[in-house]
Amino acid sequence: MSTEPATTTQNLEGNEACALGAIAGGCRFYAGYPITPSSEIAERMASELPGVGGVFIQMEDEIASMAAILGASMGGLKVMTATSGPGFSLKQENLGLAVATEIPCVIIDVMRGGPSTGLPTRPAQGDYMQARWGTHGDHAIIVLTPASVAEIYAQTIRAFNLAEAFRTPVVILYEETIGHLRETVDLPAPETIEIIDRQWAAPDDRNFLPYRPGTDGIPAMPRPGDGHRTHMTGLTHGEDGFPTQKPEAIAAANRHLSHKLEPHLDRIEQFEIVAGEDAEVIVVACGLVARAAKRAVAKARAKGIRAGLFRPITLWPFPTLPLQALLQPAGAVIVAEMNAGQLIAEVERHAGDHCRVVGLNRIDGEAITPSQILQQIEELAND
Amino acid sequence: MAKTIEFHDEGLFHSGHAACPGCVEALAIRVIANRIGRNAVAVVPPSCSAVIVGPHPNSALDIPVYHTSLESSAASASGIRRALNASDRRDTEVIVLAGDGGTYDIGFQALSSAVERNEDILYFCFDNEGYMNTGGQKSSSTPWLAATGSTPRGKPSKKKNLVEILAAHGIPYVATATPGHLDDLGRKIDKAMTIDGMRMIIILIPCLDGWGLADDVGVTMARLAVECGIFPLYEVEQGRTYTLNRQSKTLPVGEYLKKQKRYRHLNEAQIGLIQAEVDEDWMRLLEKTGSRR
Repeated sequence: MSTEPATTTQNLEGNEACALGAIAGGCRFYAGYPITPSSEIAERMASELPGVGGVFIQMEDEIASMAAILGASMGGLKVMTATSGPGFSLKQENLGLAVATEIPCVIIDVMRGGPSTGLPTRPAQGDYMQARWGTHGDHAIIVLTPASVAEIYAQTIRAFNLAEAFRTPVVILYEETIGHLRETVDLPAPETIEIIDRQWAAPDDRNFLPYRPGTDGIPAMPRPGDGHRTHMTGLTHGEDGFPTQKPEAIAAANRHLSHKLEPHLDRIEQFEIVAGEDAEVIVVACGLVARAAKRAVAKARAKGIRAGLFRPITLWPFPTLPLQALLQPAGAVIVAEMNAGQLIAEVERHAGDHCRVVGLNRIDGEAITPSQILQQIEELAND
Repeated sequence: MAKTIEFHDEGLFHSGHAACPGCVEALAIRVIANRIGRNAVAVVPPSCSAVIVGPHPNSALDIPVYHTSLESSAASASGIRRALNASDRRDTEVIVLAGDGGTYDIGFQALSSAVERNEDILYFCFDNEGYMNTGGQKSSSTPWLAATGSTPRGKPSKKKNLVEILAAHGIPYVATATPGHLDDLGRKIDKAMTIDGMRMIIILIPCLDGWGLADDVGVTMARLAVECGIFPLYEVEQGRTYTLNRQSKTLPVGEYLKKQKRYRHLNEAQIGLIQAEVDEDWMRLLEKTGSRR
């Protein structure tokens, strides 16, 4: 008899896998607001959370949903909300509050066409920059871009671990198409899933300062009811948590928020390289487009063209060094994205002068196809 | 005795719109558009109304439509109203065609503030008691114990009483209406157009898909909702003067609830609790209208 922990196989939609991944990752509080194409996440959380002792609240709007998860995270639960582009815009102020107060939380943005109401039922990748810079002021943030239903499940679990470990909001972006795609997923046995919990401040630590970085650079979090008199504020604050106007304290606080993830990139960065070793033409693509790119690269290889794929799974912080290493021997890179050109700027500033950077964009509500990418690869290979 | 409703169709709402087959919201919009006439602009947030008047392939509504964001209807309408006033176009009516989610929930802050400023806007709320355009989740207008996608075991809290909230603002005119009482709806639109300032008509829209109804019972359900007293037809002027338009409550709520899939999980005891609540609310309303049977 096998002693391997049992996996269960389920046929799931991307949005369902997100909800189940959240619960497996320890999420016990969900606040949300209906918006296409993400509403199935809320509906699944509404039916699943009571069974595991969790809390589901449908709030009156997107702002309230974001505010409620921050409150619940301060209260001690692992928390999530889900939305799409317009709702993500409304959440941005409170996302900034989560950054400033270092409250762990997970935000799902199932991307649809924009701007504004845009194309509620069609896929897009127009929120790459909103996820990075949507809230005002300098800050670090983690953004993940899964490309399959199974990966949505796994990355949602990972999102909770990263949020807890680094006291940061973690955003997951995937396209409407993958949110509504059904694929077979092997769900791991719960006891095999790695779960990371945030560092709580010791109740009896009389010298505790709520924003003094720990040995890993991340401050421990005070739990309400443990007796700490703490002050959590979106005002720029010192290590004691109270607002400050001292230039050196302000600079230190902002440096911390901008750079606190950098010592931990080895744990945060994830990416996939396909046929990268000797590639002359590299395609950079995330999510849905990376699926098309993988097929295009295989077809190009079959034709004898040395093509490869670089797929960031962690979009932000952008995996700069791994891409640079891959681009050293390559002569050209195609950045394929379903927007007017957002990721290409990031690739251009790291590619180096020797490498030609070409954008392949689609902004008509349709997905980029493998043949479009293959054609672009062939053109560059023949240059 | 059969009664004929006089209705002049000026061709302001076109066939070929994108409502679900049998949807009585389309019927309500047809009445509203033709009563108000061409000298109007409609503000429409994301909602079933947006689908109905919006994209198919030209607007089904023959007046200008400003499709605003979900939280903004009353604020957007305020801007249009003030600009029209400043341009000496006070006779152009600014109407809002919104759903209950965009009115009771996310749009409530903008609505409350527009009423407080007493903006000259005629606001129609198509109340289908949930977020039906996103597949049927609860709103704060969803009634107690109704099942939705986000309240699969039944909603644990009461429907928000928007009429009373707006009456407490001292709104010049607020009324309830349904597409099962078109003469009453038409009269209320005409009356609202003679009043200056903020006016709200809340129209109950039985949602065929969201409530689990047959395609041909939209009008019937709207009438049942009134006849069992669960959705009384009444008007409030200046927040003080109440008029009850249908004086009698003639049916038990079970006649209404048992025809809807969103209530099929209810037992007789729960139906009794809903009946008791409806009876209590009805008595409270009668006290306000000063009428008794």
